[in-house]
Formats: sequence, structure tokens, C-alpha cells
Amino acid sequence: MTLLQVDALSIATRAGAPLVDGLSFSLNAGERLGIIGESGSGKSLTSLAVCGLLPADLTATGSVHVGDLEVIGARESELIAIRGSRVGIVFQEPLTALDPLMRIGRQLAIVLRRFRGLRGAAIDDAALAALEEVHIRAPKRVLRAFPHEISGGERQRVAIALALASGPEILIADEPTTALDVTVQAEVLDLLDALVAERNMALLFITHDIAVVSRIADNVIVMRSGVEVERGTVRGIVHGAADAYTRDLIASAREFDDALAFGDIR
Amino acid sequence: MRRRIPHSLTAGTILVAVIVLLAVASWFWLPFPIDDMSGGRLEAPSWHHLFGTDKLGRDLFARSMIGARIALEAGFFASLIGGLVGVTLGLLAGFAQRWWDSIAASLLDSLIAFPTLLVAMLLVAAWSASLTTAIVAIGFAIATVIARVTRLLIKRVLNQDFILASRASGSSWPRIIVLHVLPNIWPTLLVALALQFGLASLSEASLSYLGLGTPPPNASWGSLLQEAQATVTTAPVGAIAPGLLLVALVVGTNLVADGLREYLDPTLRRQS
Repeated sequence: MTLLQVDALSIATRAGAPLVDGLSFSLNAGERLGIIGESGSGKSLTSLAVCGLLPADLTATGSVHVGDLEVIGARESELIAIRGSRVGIVFQEPLTALDPLMRIGRQLAIVLRRFRGLRGAAIDDAALAALEEVHIRAPKRVLRAFPHEISGGERQRVAIALALASGPEILIADEPTTALDVTVQAEVLDLLDALVAERNMALLFITHDIAVVSRIADNVIVMRSGVEVERGTVRGIVHGAADAYTRDLIASAREFDDALAFGDIR
Repeated sequence: MRRRIPHSLTAGTILVAVIVLLAVASWFWLPFPIDDMSGGRLEAPSWHHLFGTDKLGRDLFARSMIGARIALEAGFFASLIGGLVGVTLGLLAGFAQRWWDSIAASLLDSLIAFPTLLVAMLLVAAWSASLTTAIVAIGFAIATVIARVTRLLIKRVLNQDFILASRASGSSWPRIIVLHVLPNIWPTLLVALALQFGLASLSEASLSYLGLGTPPPNASWGSLLQEAQATVTTAPVGAIAPGLLLVALVVGTNLVADGLREYLDPTLRRQS
């Protein structure tokens, strides 16, 4: 069943400068698609366009179907109906993606009350369970904490728990590990991998790091300057990229790996 | 996790409380009626006349108590007017999009260039000098500042990822405003208003000093300073007393503002 269908999506500034040009892809339940590209390639805008969250000074054309809803041109009330319930987003920087003046428990409670209709003590139990599900070690402490009082890895786990609390069918992860330490990165990736598999969600994973995307996605679209340059399975792209830019990306990722593998370290 | 009360908040509250006490007491008790001229001219401070007397033989402590009342009235009502008008305008401007936003921004910027003192003189010329006129003029000045602060705070909050994240989880704008925007701007707004409170009292004193504020026989600290100026070398207490009270109120409100900022922001809060 197709959960997300994007056809010839183009995003431009009001002045007419193109930022994304003619991007198409689709996602079924259980599918994992990575979009990879350097900063400014339009990959994050694509993820915002899927939820109808583009800034007011940008316009989108083409078609984005989330379930039955045509997102482009949809009214705010129609968009609100799909946000959270059908599509959830995990953002890059968890410190700024959480309200700094609200305790974690309350932020979770708001979502749980809305989407699961929970009240009273049931909310507290569900919030605790949500934090346990993302492997937070001291969930009771974190529930009472403000975002600045917990670690970066914990914050991103909280952000994931928040995105999942509304029970979306599609999860968009926009560079979810970029702001994290390398060791924490691997843990968060494994966590996402497990959670997406468990719930049979569709995953749209946005990153600039081919090593990261190869760990979690099945298929990859390589973007550059708003245009798709290549797409294929992760295996196919890593071993036999047709496009010069993709080969550059892979080669530079390999250099890092080789430096470690062959002790080529200063 | 108990919140620690910052020292500046304690110190500021004490200073302001002293002034408030003087003002509240003035409703019930004055050492002498303010137009009582039974004292000698320019008496030095004594147990009988704590701050001495002025050149008409009126008790300066009694007049300073009335001055405290006027300073607080000016501060309170001017920041109330300024707060209500300013926050409303700032909210409208903060949520304005595209060219509405440019219009709002340039309007608010041009208001800052408006000379407050001239506006006050204009109002006085039109309505005659009174405390109410002074409060309206000062309130107008405060509104321009608060409107700008509110607009900038809203713009800053709206650009934060957590607003986007909240929209992404299906929150409507009214919900976002109530849950995220207002809680994130009101501590800073409160601090700005506390600052403006002290400045409003100071402005009222300035206007009264120029004869544009409180008319006689009521005494603002500004008019006390003005009356004492001719005799400042022979009877300095007449100028020092209202001057110190004014400084105490302005410093006090500044300390309260500073302490409130620390107290209300969980990221600045020291845990004990």
C-alpha cells in the first residue's frame, strides 16, 4: 500500500529561483528510502514539503500524496489532520526541537493526550513507557527534566519518542544523527532501525552521510542542487554508482574508513 | 529541585517595598498635611521634620511620601497602558507575514524616533498639566518599546525548531501560541515591563521637574527636586531626599527585573 507518493515535486522561492526540481518517489509500508546530498541540495525542504510545512516565502508545485490527501495546496486544517497521525518528523538538532521551557513529561503528555486520548495517570504511564521504548536509562528523571538538563543523545531519543507517540505511518528523519557524538549516532541509528521495523513504518531518511544511510535505508536517491542525480538500492549505489558526483561521495566516505582500517592516522 | 531566589530579586524587592510602604502609608497617615506651612522655612532634618522643611515651611517627609505614591502610580499605570497597547501591537506585528511584516517593522522603528518629551509637551499643551496627562504620554512611550520587544520575541520564537516540531505533530496555531509562544515570551516581557516601570517613574519625575506633570499642591519627587534646586547649597536635604528615593525606586525595579529574568528562565536557574 502506497503511503506516500511524490510526483514531480518542485520547490522555488517566490522570486522563482528553483530549490528542488522535479523530484518523484513513493514509499510503501515497511520501505526505507534515503535521500542523500550536500547541504543546500534541497533534501530537507523535500521533507518539509511532505508535511506542508514549507516557509511562507517558498512555493511548491507538483504533487505530494499522503494517503488520499494532496498536500500541495491543501488547507491548514487538512494538513493538521495528517501531521503526527500519518507523518512524524525527527529533526536534526534535538536541543532546539524541544520547547526549552517545558518539562519533557509535559511535552510527551500533550501528544499522548491528543493522539491516544489518554487522561490522568494513564498519560504518565504512557509517557514513561514511551521513554523506555527509546531506551532512556532513567526515564523518571528525564520526564521531570527540562531539555537542557539531559544529554544530546537523550534529547534525540526524546524527540524520537515524541514523533512516535502520535503513531505515524511514515517517519521522516531529517539528519537525526548529525548533531550527535559518533558513538551515540550508532545507538540512535540502531534504535530507529528497530522501531521502524517493529511498527512496519515507512521511513524517509535524510542525510549527507552515505555511511549512515547505508546502515538504515534500502533504497537511496542522491540529490545535488535540488535535482536527483541517481537512485538505486544502497548496495547498487555503493558498489556501482553511475554518476560522477555519487562516486565522489562514496570515495570520500571510503577514505575515512580506510584511514581507520589501514592505520593511516596522523 | 527548589528554585533559588536570586540576591538581586531580594535586594530589589526590599528597595521597592520601602517605597511601596511610604506610598501606602500616605493614604492613612502623614506627619503633616502636605499644605501645612506651620514649620519654619528651610529647617534642617530633625525628629519633628525627618527630611526638614521647604522654603514655605512644609514638611518634606510628608511631601516625599506623597511623591512615592505619585511615582508608583505613574510607574504602574504607565506600564499598564504601555504593556496592554504594546503587547497587542507587538502580537499583531509579530504574526504579520511578508509585506505586512515590513510595514509593521518600519512603523515600529519610526515610532522609536518619536521624541517622548515633545509628545508629552504636546499633550500637556492640549489638555493641561496633570498626572493623568503625564501617565498617558509615558504610557505611549512605553508602548512603542514593548511593541518592538514583543514583535522581536515572537519572531525569534517562531523561527525556533520546536515551533516547527509542534506544527509537525499536528498542533494548530492557537494551540502553538498558548502552549509554546506565550510561555516563551512572557518571562522576557515581564522583565522588560519591570524595567519600564522604573523608567516611567523617572520620566514622571522629569516631566514634573519641567512643570509638565503633577500640579501643586501635590508633590512629585520631580517637583520637589525642582523646588529644592534654588536652595540646594543651604538646604541640600530637600534635593537629596527625593533624589535618593528616586534612585532607590529605579535601582530597585532594575534589580527586580534582573532577578526575575534569572528566576523565570530554567536554563539560567541555579539548582540547589
